[in-house]
Amino acid sequence: MISRSLKQLSQALAAKEISSVELSSLFLDRIARLNPEINAFITVDREKTLAMAAAADQRLAAGTGGALTGIPIAQKDIFCAEGWTTTCGSKMLANFVAPYDATVIAKMHGEAGLVSLGKTNMDEFAMGSSNESSHFGPVKNPWDRARVPGGSSGGSAAAIAARLAPAATGTDTGGSIRQPAALCNLTGLKPTYGVVSRYGMIAYASSLDQGGPMAGSAEDCALLLNAMAGFDVRDSTSLDRPAEDYTRDLEQPLAGLRIGLPREFFAAGCDAGVMAAVQEAIREYERLGATIVDVSLPNSHLSVPAYYVIAPAEASSNLSRFDGVRYGYRAPDYGSLDDMYAKTRAQGFGGEVKRRILIGTYVLSHGYYDAYYLQAQRIRRLIADDFTAAFASCDVILGPTSPSTAFRLGEKSTDPVQMYLSDIYTVAVNLAGLPGMSIPCGFADGLPVGLQLIGNYFAEARLLNVAHRYQQVTDWHLRRPAGIA
Amino acid sequence: MSLTTEQVLRIAHLARIEVSEPEALTTQAHLNGIFALIEQMQAVDTRGIEPMAHAQDLGQRLRDDVVSEPDRRAAFQAVAPETEAGLYLVPKVIE
Repeated sequence: MISRSLKQLSQALAAKEISSVELSSLFLDRIARLNPEINAFITVDREKTLAMAAAADQRLAAGTGGALTGIPIAQKDIFCAEGWTTTCGSKMLANFVAPYDATVIAKMHGEAGLVSLGKTNMDEFAMGSSNESSHFGPVKNPWDRARVPGGSSGGSAAAIAARLAPAATGTDTGGSIRQPAALCNLTGLKPTYGVVSRYGMIAYASSLDQGGPMAGSAEDCALLLNAMAGFDVRDSTSLDRPAEDYTRDLEQPLAGLRIGLPREFFAAGCDAGVMAAVQEAIREYERLGATIVDVSLPNSHLSVPAYYVIAPAEASSNLSRFDGVRYGYRAPDYGSLDDMYAKTRAQGFGGEVKRRILIGTYVLSHGYYDAYYLQAQRIRRLIADDFTAAFASCDVILGPTSPSTAFRLGEKSTDPVQMYLSDIYTVAVNLAGLPGMSIPCGFADGLPVGLQLIGNYFAEARLLNVAHRYQQVTDWHLRRPAGIA
Repeated sequence: MSLTTEQVLRIAHLARIEVSEPEALTTQAHLNGIFALIEQMQAVDTRGIEPMAHAQDLGQRLRDDVVSEPDRRAAFQAVAPETEAGLYLVPKVIE
């Protein structure tokens, strides 16, 4: 039962093969047994979960449930959920019990009838690519417990990979859904900016942040995106567009599909094992009827530098709200108001968060704003224009998600620049605001390799179709770590 | 470009993050490494390129000036470090 897809679980619930309470208990029991080692969850609340499951069972019995009613999933601890401790991986919010629901949570708990198993571990304030910056300790990759699961949605990824949950929410500001999905052999989707509401999703870099699904397959991601997406009046950048059924094109044949390979993603800098798996996936797509097109993203090498100006700039503004006044941590001893702010923030934030706040403060300060912040925004436009030009000759862009497989715990945690470069293939997508996916495409030295698919704006259904058809002829996404059923 | 220790302490003050002198040295090394990465941008001629602040070209939506949210002050203040009579308490700022 724990290995089944969301669609199969939905069928089992509909056929009364199992109840939501029973299904949720199965996963809660696995969490109780395996989480002490994996550390994928920060908060679990058995009573709350089982109450939601019981309510879902009533809806299922009354015939008022939807496609996902009664299915338990894990929630990244960046989403506020009323009555749940919502930490964002930080000491600053270690005791913060959210007084309201994020829109994503409200939609899932409400209309969709999904059941939350708990809140998953993450890099502090979503700043990281390894989950090692969490105040609640690193998460272990179920494929090799000496390695990182990726980040920042590392807890969500590890939870699914260890089958502590059949699916999870994630958020992606620079690759935080796609990179952990790649490192843990999962399917993850970052939607077009503005498709999923950011209300109640604790802000890191507001012009880049986007929530999305992480699961075992493209089909499951499509089902989850149906429950997550939609216009929200409470998010000023939410897009007011007609609702979509993201499963509608899953089965479309790929004959005639034009896949663009950006030559910059196939140059030096990617591990040979990763590249070999990606090349094999390209051959599989050719067998599925796709045509391969050479494209160029000439400014992609500037995406990491531009990202590490824009994201910290926005973070320094967003995180100014954590001042020890309205919520969260306050230093125990202080003198003046300024002293209270400075001590609260020194003690409440971890090293990586402080670094990014300092970078952001600097690039926004008088005399440096033009040289750094505006220059980064101009490069952001060059990067977005590169994608527009590439999509003139192809339907989707394909390449590796991450230049390496899962690295060892501690391997990059003392060198911020090395850590930042793990996002080299993912951040450009956030800067442009495009949808992107990672799907499993093989293994290198026993560790999962992720294939990145990038679509044009609002091409989520097409991306899911391209991923789904590949998953119909390959079984990489069905492989499990040793010892996990 | 390279930041001095004094600059690091100045930025930390602007960001309202207390940094001790020994911490400032480590921070300085990290920040200078990051700025070396960021400096790659300076080689690009971006004259005439419009800065891109956002992925979607959106205006601000307007709404009617009516009460849309219930009063939840008690629930929101329950998570505050220190409140009294509906007010947030902070150290005295005006003598």
